[in-house]
Amino acid sequence: MAQIEEVTLDGMTHLVSNRALEGETMLLNMGPQHPSTHGVLRLLLELDGETVLNAIPDIGFLHTGIEKNMEAKTYQKAEVMTDRMDYMNTVGNNLAYCLAVEKLVGLDVPVRAQALRVVLAELKRISSHLVWLGTSALDLAAMSDFMYTFREREMILGILEMVSGQRMMTTYIRPGGVWRDVPVEFEAAVRDLLKIMPRRIDEYESLLTKNPLFIDRTAGIGKISAEDAVNWGLTGATLRGSGVNYDIRKFAPYSGYEQYDFEVPLRTEGDVRARYLVRIAEMRQSVRIVQQAMDKMPMGPVRSNNRKFVPPPRSEIGTSMEALIHHFKLWTEGFNAPRGFVYSAVESPRGEQGVYLESDGGPKPFRVHFRNPSFDNLQVLPVMAKGFLVADLVAIIGSVDIVLGDIDR
Amino acid sequence: MSANLATVIEALVKRFDGQTTEGCATGETTLIVPVEKIAEAARVIHDEFGFNLLSSLTAVDYWPEENPRFHLVYRFTSIPNAQSLDVRAPVSGLQPFAPTIETVYHNANWNEREVYDLFGIKFEGHSDLRRILMPHDWEGHPLRKDYPLGYEEPQFTFNFDEIDVRKPYAKNRRAE
Amino acid sequence: MGLEQKLGNMGVVTARLEDLVNWSRTNAMWPMLFGLACCAIEMMSAQAANYDMSRFGMELMRPSPRQSDLMIVAGRVSRKMAPVVRRLYDQMPDPKWVIAMGDCASCGGVFNNYAVVQGVDEVVPVDVYVAGCPPRPEALIHGVITLHEKVRRERMKDWA
Repeated sequence: MAQIEEVTLDGMTHLVSNRALEGETMLLNMGPQHPSTHGVLRLLLELDGETVLNAIPDIGFLHTGIEKNMEAKTYQKAEVMTDRMDYMNTVGNNLAYCLAVEKLVGLDVPVRAQALRVVLAELKRISSHLVWLGTSALDLAAMSDFMYTFREREMILGILEMVSGQRMMTTYIRPGGVWRDVPVEFEAAVRDLLKIMPRRIDEYESLLTKNPLFIDRTAGIGKISAEDAVNWGLTGATLRGSGVNYDIRKFAPYSGYEQYDFEVPLRTEGDVRARYLVRIAEMRQSVRIVQQAMDKMPMGPVRSNNRKFVPPPRSEIGTSMEALIHHFKLWTEGFNAPRGFVYSAVESPRGEQGVYLESDGGPKPFRVHFRNPSFDNLQVLPVMAKGFLVADLVAIIGSVDIVLGDIDR
Repeated sequence: MSANLATVIEALVKRFDGQTTEGCATGETTLIVPVEKIAEAARVIHDEFGFNLLSSLTAVDYWPEENPRFHLVYRFTSIPNAQSLDVRAPVSGLQPFAPTIETVYHNANWNEREVYDLFGIKFEGHSDLRRILMPHDWEGHPLRKDYPLGYEEPQFTFNFDEIDVRKPYAKNRRAE
Repeated sequence: MGLEQKLGNMGVVTARLEDLVNWSRTNAMWPMLFGLACCAIEMMSAQAANYDMSRFGMELMRPSPRQSDLMIVAGRVSRKMAPVVRRLYDQMPDPKWVIAMGDCASCGGVFNNYAVVQGVDEVVPVDVYVAGCPPRPEALIHGVITLHEKVRRERMKDWA
């Protein structure tokens, strides 16, 4: 292992003020190993006493080269990489990628598969918000929420494991539909969750929402105006906490979201507390969406019948020569997508999760780019944190809900 | 594509002597503008046509073509008008320079740094053009097509011993 | 051996020093709160109500390497992160152990590319590898118990 070099400010002097260079203010390194940075985020803080004058994020500690690696795999095989990107929203990443592939090759998805996609994406949104609630409350020294939220999260992970065989990295959504139909126990498990969830959300709220300590730590902290928020490219609950109504599910509905009746929670304060309230309200809306989707879950196939892009069902392989050929070709060579490029986006728990996909006509993606919400959301941290205390900085990082895998890819 | 977006694209084509292209069979119309005009175009797209959000900024490498080798790919979204505009700007591989749009859209700052880091396209006028994802002393730009993936041979049962010998295992104490 | 009979009911237990030290080491092994990627979420699950790692004396996650005995490398280690991991390891006091949690930390996993270190054992010496992408909390607990067994077998002459 190479000698660890001295940490210097070379090339970064233009980012800190002259006062810092003269030693009047303090430069403090926070992370990459720090309990409240939610991963391997490094911040260079310029402090005057305990007041944050500037926070310079340093990212890339989790850079995994996913975009490059996907160029070396066929369309189906590249999909497993998308799970590992934003690991709190694995289903949403699959969905974003599959929508892009389907748009590129012109696949249509059966209605049952679309409804299943919505159910799982919303369940995963709830589970992501639960992790966010648990960890960001933990940062503000509320330990019990962490235990409660992880209890319900286990139920959601149990459902995901039931349908896909994996707790987190499901890869259940595939181009042209879903992997296979859900087992019979699925409905009962989801209904159980739906029955308890509204009460459980009340329970989390009863611990935090009107808690004077929590209000003191969150209200008026990390404010950002609506105009700034849009110009800094914020999306998701962080943007809606500032009062801008931008939700891809309403803005450009995908996967049949237009048929469900739900609201987009908005707050106008733009502080940590507003973002907290928006996310809590979003969980309730997700419960509503899942409820509706389960109630009118259509029957029918869960995979497109287009054999050029979607492998045939297992039962056909034993009896049909053609099915066997398609199966073999799809899993060895993959399919050739027509030349072109698409952009498709979904609403992840953190904001606009976009995929830019370009094909050169071959079986492998020519270029995949992910527009990750955390990447743009974290960028605004210096603006939000300016003038607040270091302890507030922790609350602000928690409220933006960053996932480092999402930022660094 | 709404009629409104078509007029926007038409106006921009005239003004910045651009072209249009179709992404794919079902895709949207994309505007291509010369790279030297992109900053000005972004200003017009933001101020006059109300596209207030920069959704995505990335690049594509068409190596071994040299001129243009890269395409910068922008996507602007107008939240009040509920529409999105795709813009591409070809960049030469011999002089990979582009003007920054950071002053118009603040979040272009990190996105441009990422493009610089992974593709080596330099943005003129950028306030803080450093590497963002790779270590600051990294050589090369990984997402370029002529950059190798960096594949290492996996260890299976049949070649375990062979690779085990040269695998650099760490020790407890640092070698002084 | 004789000594117990002579002492009678005086409440004295005799044991080998090795066993005693290893026993105390396994039952208060404090892991470092060090999450890298996806596996860190499952590590949190292992700490939370359903799996509850504190049954094995590991409820205290120490954010500071100076106070921890066990480093659970939970997630992929990028080339940028590798020096940091090594520095954290060097800062931990002896005796110290490392669990490579998940495929990425064990061997690079699905990411065989320029950015990811192909196994954290190139950076720090690893005692137990836990397979899975990500491993279930049960798998992590199994890995921890395997490590405990390994520690119990350590001999005094091997202590540095």
